[in-house]
Amino acid sequence: MCFQQKMIHSLFLINCSGDIFLEKHWKSVVSQSVCDYFFEAQEKAIDVENVPPVISTPHHYLISIYRDKIFFVSVIQTEVPPLFVIEFLHRVADTFQDYFGECSETAIKDNVVIVYELLEEMLDNGFPLATESNILKELIKPPTILRSVVNSITGSSNVGDTLPTGQLSNIPWRRAGVKYTNNEAYFDVIEEIDAIIDKSGSTVFAEIQGVIDSCIKLSGMPDLSLSFMNPRLLDDVSFHPCIRFKRWESERVLSFIPPDGNFRLISYRVSSQNLVAIPVYVKHMISFKENTSSGRFDVTIGPKQNMGKTVEGVVMTVHMPKAVLNMNLTATQGSYTFDPVTKVLTWDVGKITPQKLPNLKGMVNLQSGAPKPEENPSLNIQFKIQQLAISGLKVNRLDMYGEKYKPFKGVKYITKAGKFQVRT
Amino acid sequence: MTDSKYFTTTKKGEIFELKAELNSDKKEKKKEAVKKVIASMTVGKDVSALFPDVVNCMQTDNLELKKLVYLYLMNYAKSQPDMAIMAVNTFVKDCEDPNPLIRALAVRTMGCIRVDKITEYLCEPLRKCLKDEDPYVRKTAAVCVAKLHDINAQLVEDQGFLDTLKDLISDSNPMVVANAVAALSEIAESHPSSNLLDLNPQSINKLLTALNECTEWGQIFILDCLANYMPKDDREAQSICERVTPRLSHANSAVVLSAVKVLMKFMEMLSKDLDYYGTLLKKLAPPLVTLLSAEPELQYVALRNINLIVQKRPEILKHEMKVFFVKYNDPIYVKLEKLDIMIRLASQANIAQVLAELKEYATEVDVDFVRKAVRAIGRCAIKVEQSAERCVSTLLDLIQTKVNYVVQEAIVVIKDIFRKYPNKYESVIATLCENLDSLDEPEARAAMIWIVGEYAERIDNADELLESFLEGFHDESTQVQLQLLTAIVKLFLKKPTETQELVQQVLSLATQDSDNPDLRDRGYIYWRLLSTDPVAAKEVVLAEKPLISEETDLIEPTLLDELICYIGTLASVYHKPPSAFVEGSRGVLHKGLPPRTGSIEGPESPDTAPSGEPAADQPSVIPTQGDLLGDLLNLDLGPPVTGPPMATSTVPMGAVDLLGGGLDSLIGGSGSFTAAPSSTAPTNVGAPLGSGLGDLFDLTAGVGTLSGSYVAPKTVWLPAMKAKGLEISGTFSRQVGSISMDLVLTNKALQVMSDFAIQFNRNSFGLAPAAPLQVHAPLAPNQSVEISLPLNTVGSVMKMDPLNNLQVAVKNNIDVFYFSTLYPLHILFVEDGKMERQMFLATWKDIPNENETQFQIKDCSLNAGGDGHSSTALGSCASA
Repeated sequence: MCFQQKMIHSLFLINCSGDIFLEKHWKSVVSQSVCDYFFEAQEKAIDVENVPPVISTPHHYLISIYRDKIFFVSVIQTEVPPLFVIEFLHRVADTFQDYFGECSETAIKDNVVIVYELLEEMLDNGFPLATESNILKELIKPPTILRSVVNSITGSSNVGDTLPTGQLSNIPWRRAGVKYTNNEAYFDVIEEIDAIIDKSGSTVFAEIQGVIDSCIKLSGMPDLSLSFMNPRLLDDVSFHPCIRFKRWESERVLSFIPPDGNFRLISYRVSSQNLVAIPVYVKHMISFKENTSSGRFDVTIGPKQNMGKTVEGVVMTVHMPKAVLNMNLTATQGSYTFDPVTKVLTWDVGKITPQKLPNLKGMVNLQSGAPKPEENPSLNIQFKIQQLAISGLKVNRLDMYGEKYKPFKGVKYITKAGKFQVRT
Repeated sequence: MTDSKYFTTTKKGEIFELKAELNSDKKEKKKEAVKKVIASMTVGKDVSALFPDVVNCMQTDNLELKKLVYLYLMNYAKSQPDMAIMAVNTFVKDCEDPNPLIRALAVRTMGCIRVDKITEYLCEPLRKCLKDEDPYVRKTAAVCVAKLHDINAQLVEDQGFLDTLKDLISDSNPMVVANAVAALSEIAESHPSSNLLDLNPQSINKLLTALNECTEWGQIFILDCLANYMPKDDREAQSICERVTPRLSHANSAVVLSAVKVLMKFMEMLSKDLDYYGTLLKKLAPPLVTLLSAEPELQYVALRNINLIVQKRPEILKHEMKVFFVKYNDPIYVKLEKLDIMIRLASQANIAQVLAELKEYATEVDVDFVRKAVRAIGRCAIKVEQSAERCVSTLLDLIQTKVNYVVQEAIVVIKDIFRKYPNKYESVIATLCENLDSLDEPEARAAMIWIVGEYAERIDNADELLESFLEGFHDESTQVQLQLLTAIVKLFLKKPTETQELVQQVLSLATQDSDNPDLRDRGYIYWRLLSTDPVAAKEVVLAEKPLISEETDLIEPTLLDELICYIGTLASVYHKPPSAFVEGSRGVLHKGLPPRTGSIEGPESPDTAPSGEPAADQPSVIPTQGDLLGDLLNLDLGPPVTGPPMATSTVPMGAVDLLGGGLDSLIGGSGSFTAAPSSTAPTNVGAPLGSGLGDLFDLTAGVGTLSGSYVAPKTVWLPAMKAKGLEISGTFSRQVGSISMDLVLTNKALQVMSDFAIQFNRNSFGLAPAAPLQVHAPLAPNQSVEISLPLNTVGSVMKMDPLNNLQVAVKNNIDVFYFSTLYPLHILFVEDGKMERQMFLATWKDIPNENETQFQIKDCSLNAGGDGHSSTALGSCASA
């Protein structure tokens, strides 16, 4: 018989030490040995992050993602959109996270039966079936300590026996009959700055990746409208399916019936150079000398364009060249560690006070006899600024229709460093 | 309390223990036991021995237990087909359960049990479920049809499930529509010829409506299905595009990419002058860029697709160069792809930025990435002429770093730069020569040797340098040996006095001491050349080389167009058509971009135009004349008469030529009618002539039957440059009722070619090879072979533009090549098309007068050839 499988044939979960700790087949059983091709690629890639996401083998294709120290390896037999598979795998990982609080090998092993039920519910014959968290939760209840105790006493199960209400309605993301005593709607505007700063301190590339994450606990079927002071900032936006696209196109208002609980309302990108403020600057002097097998390291971080807010949670990580044996540094603020195996220098700076700029300097010891490193390391900076969306995006108001009660509303802003790199 | 307890084993033997628990009377114990069985299954343990015991647990009111048993059944039913029958009754019963969840679960599970015996029992419940009142059940049943079709296609067709499935496309629930589309697409994929997804404007409209309402996954199915639709005109294409555009803002990247595919494909039909075209271009950029901020795996797939998109429509992303700048902690597979796209987007406007980035990358840690970055600098130099100087100096800086692999890469690309800009940057040769000793990779050594040989006259110690390589001649790789041989011969031709000894040495090394045939042959050729005619040798060896092309790694246009139709699929990741790699892809569906139908053609012709074939001009001279014809017909077709004075109006061509040229041009031949062949035509036409006008009607038919129709001279269809040395020229002919494609394959490469195969794309008349391409012996270099490939017209049909366009793929051991050509329509004309006189006259009269043009044929010599004229004239009219 000729097997044709449109979508995902099988799924293997593999941990970092190469053990296959779960397998699920949606049609026929595929031998674990297919993963050997994956292990081969993994070996070649050296670093776990560098394993190519699409691998071809003589009879199958392996499409994988790497999340939370677990490889999700799916086996495909025919032409299939790889993004479809990758998106789905990420959705599986999200669901585990949602159900078990963490997506880890232990959590999965501890809940193996629920995992299996979930996977079966999420995919049928390779067609995704139910991937919305609230629908899944109606079909299969998430484990809680209380429930497992109750279940074992009463003999009831954690499988819902009625059809989820949202499954087929025009708003599949929301179930009917939601009730809360405190009605609340919270929005977090979170912006991450991705930037590459060159040696001289000028910006090579910068953009803002923003999201609005929401936590909505409202009874009934509320219909919300969220408007902004400056919606023109948002010209490249991806929406949650609940948002009425036409309304946005014509009025620049986010109008939607929200899912229940936590979800990502929109994600957006601000790329025009003048809108992206760079909140910190870095002064650096890193040099190596061949004859003495040593080098100098001197880095200072200071605030810049921070709109009067405090830059906090600053951490600098540097992948030092292989030839570096160890580092002997002094920090004026915070603490540093250097891992001589991975060659990663981490400096936990904390808050930047403009009066006294944090500085880290000292000697670098190189392997004697080794040639002086050609490449200069890039500095990876993390930071956080509370109560500020660096793009200037501001929520104007939130209106609710369709329900009578007065909800409690809140908006929080935060700016973080995304992939923020300073070349030296 | 966690599920890990299910993994603990006991001493007695697990299976035995489980068996006992499964047969326990206590419900709770049973459930726990099934859970343990499932847990074992998840780690790949074989628990199939418990099959009967687990199936016994199936009849239960407990939904969780039922689901668990179903899970088990799906895994093991195939290995225990006889036992699986035991489950059938429960399935059938569950399909009628009042709870729709259970009905759906049952029909879903049944479809997953790939046991022939069970499928028979599945039909009735499935039929009911397809018409169930609950959409959740209908949606599940739709998928089940696809599953069943996979197990037993005949059964599904016999039972009429396909029609029911088609009806579901009009279902009121968008989820059901989406699943029906998904199921139909899957079935259609395995039956490319069937018209399962017969899309028409009405069904498209339904799909577009469902698109707005169904889940993200359903949207992907619908978009992929839409992409296969061929809108009838630009207006329809635009309206579909307008309704698909909102999907670009979806959070699911697979939805976005599928929408991009639809837009990229239908855009082809829109005129570039439309305002909407520009709007659409602008709308495409942001979503593509957004994909790059997603997880690295998504980025990778997105980048592979963007690579295709920038080749097809560079204008979309031309201002977005910066998003492709590499971050040091990007995974290597993302880095390499970004680099590739950076080069494709490099232009005069942004080259400074690009170069600065590339220079930065060239000092990174990862060796593969550094190499590619260095190579990229060279490619920039070749692509953007204004930057060449800066690129060369950047490369020189890099060479100064003395990092071994950087130097080697730099030398390889500098060789290409020399080829592109001769006599411009040779001053750097001295610097290159300093690094001679550090080169240990064949490609770099060969490049360096090439440089020394090519510029031997400028390098004082060229002979010493080459001699130093010669010492270890036999340890070098073939690439280096060949290069060394050529370089030394070049050196000898440039400086004959000092290097005689050296050239003799290398020739003897190559011819006597080597067992590599390529090397030996090249050695002998040089030897003979040098010994017989040194002047000729100089002309050959030191001949001026053609400049290398702008970009060397562009995807061939017809393949690119096909790949654009596969955006978002595996094909787009591998940059190969699915037929080339997907195992068991039944029936090769070649997809092509739709032709542009807009009334206003853009100034630049679409790049889909077939390579090297100028569209045939409209025939300028058609020997058609109304009253002349009237005269001829009025002659009553008696005895041979002196026809009216006839001649071609412009060129004093012979009768035969007129026939050839006239017919050919009239029916839109391959554009080669300037050179009418004098060798074939006379023999073809000569015989039936001479009996005068009496044979007029027979003649028109006779042209086709007896002697074969006009055969155009062979033209080059596939130049060697485009096909790695394979040149194909050919023509079409019709002989006694059969069509054939006469080909000459010439090997202009240096290696032997073999394993030839040919395939046609679908075309207007269903032309297809009637036999495989037979090339009996491998084709040696510079050898050519003539083949006559019989054709038939039973292939699948797709309207082409122009109508007689034929796309051909030729494969050999080296690669697959694509070309397209136009075939003359007369090869399709059947020989028995003879018409009764009255019929002809009647048909003639049906043609409105406006369509007639008239002219006089003068100075016709009154011989048999004259009849040829008139007959042709008639023949032409008849076919006009």
